[in-house]
Amino acid sequence: MSGSSSPLVVQVRGLRKSFGANRVLDGIDLDVHKGEVVVVIGPSGSGKTTLLRCINLLETYDEGSIQVDGVEVGFRDGPGGARQPRGDRELSRIRADIGMVFQLFNLFPHLTARENVMLGLRKVRGLSAAEAKRIAEHWLTRVGLADKLDSLPSQLSGGQQQRVGIARAVAMDPKVLLLDEITSALDPELVGEVLTAVQELAQDGMTMIVVTHEMTFARDVSTRIVFMDGGRIQVEGTPRAVLSTTNHERLKAFLARIELTLH
Amino acid sequence: MLYAIHSLPFLWEGLLITLEVSALVIFFSLIAGVILGVGIVYGPRWLYWPIRIYSDFLRGIPLLVLIFFLYYALPFVSINLTNIAAVVLALSAFETAHIIEVVRGAIQSIPRGQNEAAKTIGLQFGQRLLYVIAPQAVRRFLPPWINAVVDTVKGSALVSLVGIVDLMLAIQQVIGRTYIPMPLYVLGAVMYFVINYSLSSASRALEARFAYIRE
Amino acid sequence: MTYHLNFDFVWRHFDKLGWGLVLSLELALISILIGMAIGLSLALAYTGGGRFIRSIVAGYVEFIRNVPLLLLVYLVFYGVPSVGGFAYEANASFVMTLAVYAGATMVEVFRAGLAAVPGGLIDAGKAIGLTGWQRLIWVRLPTMFRIVLPSLSNAYVSLFKDTSLASVIAVPELTYGAQWINTNSFRVIEVWSVVAPMYLVTGYGLLFLLQRLERRFVVH
Repeated sequence: MSGSSSPLVVQVRGLRKSFGANRVLDGIDLDVHKGEVVVVIGPSGSGKTTLLRCINLLETYDEGSIQVDGVEVGFRDGPGGARQPRGDRELSRIRADIGMVFQLFNLFPHLTARENVMLGLRKVRGLSAAEAKRIAEHWLTRVGLADKLDSLPSQLSGGQQQRVGIARAVAMDPKVLLLDEITSALDPELVGEVLTAVQELAQDGMTMIVVTHEMTFARDVSTRIVFMDGGRIQVEGTPRAVLSTTNHERLKAFLARIELTLH
Repeated sequence: MLYAIHSLPFLWEGLLITLEVSALVIFFSLIAGVILGVGIVYGPRWLYWPIRIYSDFLRGIPLLVLIFFLYYALPFVSINLTNIAAVVLALSAFETAHIIEVVRGAIQSIPRGQNEAAKTIGLQFGQRLLYVIAPQAVRRFLPPWINAVVDTVKGSALVSLVGIVDLMLAIQQVIGRTYIPMPLYVLGAVMYFVINYSLSSASRALEARFAYIRE
Repeated sequence: MTYHLNFDFVWRHFDKLGWGLVLSLELALISILIGMAIGLSLALAYTGGGRFIRSIVAGYVEFIRNVPLLLLVYLVFYGVPSVGGFAYEANASFVMTLAVYAGATMVEVFRAGLAAVPGGLIDAGKAIGLTGWQRLIWVRLPTMFRIVLPSLSNAYVSLFKDTSLASVIAVPELTYGAQWINTNSFRVIEVWSVVAPMYLVTGYGLLFLLQRLERRFVVH
């Protein structure tokens, strides 16, 4: 596993964001190095999903900086040193290198599993049909869906759809993968297959930021756990340290509630 | 009853006019409706209100009022259209307003997550529209649009009231000569029914076929 | 050729427009009430009935929905008396036609509304021992009405606009009044620029009021 000696992939500094009068992110600093699996936990409304969505600019941010691979995601340097928001074309190029898997899958319903994965490869990476097909089939096989290549999303179970979502994101060869509560909408018996797929990706060295409630996954797969509450990072550390905390009250209360609902 | 059979050629002529008027209206309203509908969803702010007002205004008055108004008022402002042109204009303006709403509904009913997922794999705005939004919008657009087509055919019957010899007026004229209203009305109803029912069946079939698009 | 706007004739005969508007609203109201009665009975028959009943109801709905309202108006006013040997006056004829027309829409509205009643509510009714009829009256219908209120509002405003067709059989509603003024003064632009807003304001005004009323009852 990698630690702070490997290159910095994502660097967040002083991130602030409000929705109207609601301050959702209140000064976030976060470093993610290559190969790390950072799991973000916290109560709803703590800003975890917003943080993730700011990293690939699905949400804009008000203050602070987010750099992926050294590039400021939301802004570029304008004349006189001021920062200007990036336009759609620049953002698209940046987003191509950041992968995201959604809670509600968001597969394209009019395309088969294979076509869902091929779309980005063809239109964004500019690959030939044959090459895109090869890569798509490779990744769909990796997540265990070799026999579902021609299926439409409506013909797949939730767990299968989510694995297609993972393949779609990973096939683009992203520098970092953002996973937004990807098992929260799944029936319990389907969660395992998805987490297994993610675990294998982690073992192969994929850099990930994961928002989840699955504590077992957090404990076993993450390199670092971050606890957010009220728009700030309250606790950060190794899985063992965070999950068995004794002195942070809010974290202890949160973990207790999670344990209660899980058992 | 024999009269009814003899009058069939005359009714046929009327039917052709009905179909011609309907076809023209469908053609114009489809083009205008789609352009304005896309414009109201993706266009700049200053485009939104004029299109919105147009759509709400035209859907808020009866079609008959619109036909009468354009048919009688246009000559007063020195716009002299043929009879057919005037009613086609009125019907097209009316249908366009409805199609704008159909287009708007089709696009806005696509879940936000689709656009987000498309952004996430790096597609640009035009690519998102072309590969992700449009395919889903078209599938949601077709069934309600066919309903609008059926409404157009039914609405075309109103042109009989300004003297255009469509199927409706042809029926009236034959009744005027033969004094047997009921069989002719029933015959006319059957003719309209056959046209429109085939269209609505097609719409239902499409809706069933594309059900997979709506999660 | 210049055209000078002159609203005198319109204002002098505004009573035809004003009372015409009132008549339009009345015609629409009576039609929707009768239409709701027709629609509800047929929807219940459809939901509870066998294949035969369902095809009759479907036949009625499909026929009415695919034929122009204008043709139906003529058929009822001119056609039926010639076969039945009786005659009726224009207002009654139009209301019957519009009620039957409204009924077809109402069948679909109520059928969908009944289907949308959450199964859990019906189960709760069963659990406390209500019979089928009791569940219908105390659980399903009240819930259904709250669900369909928006559709009913839209239907009423739609029917209000459809009353303009009554003018073709000389029912003195709003469009007929406008045509009268038109024929007797040729003040085409003036009369329609008064009548079109009358329809608009009344239609959207009704929709607004009905939506305010809905808020007290609608189930979300």
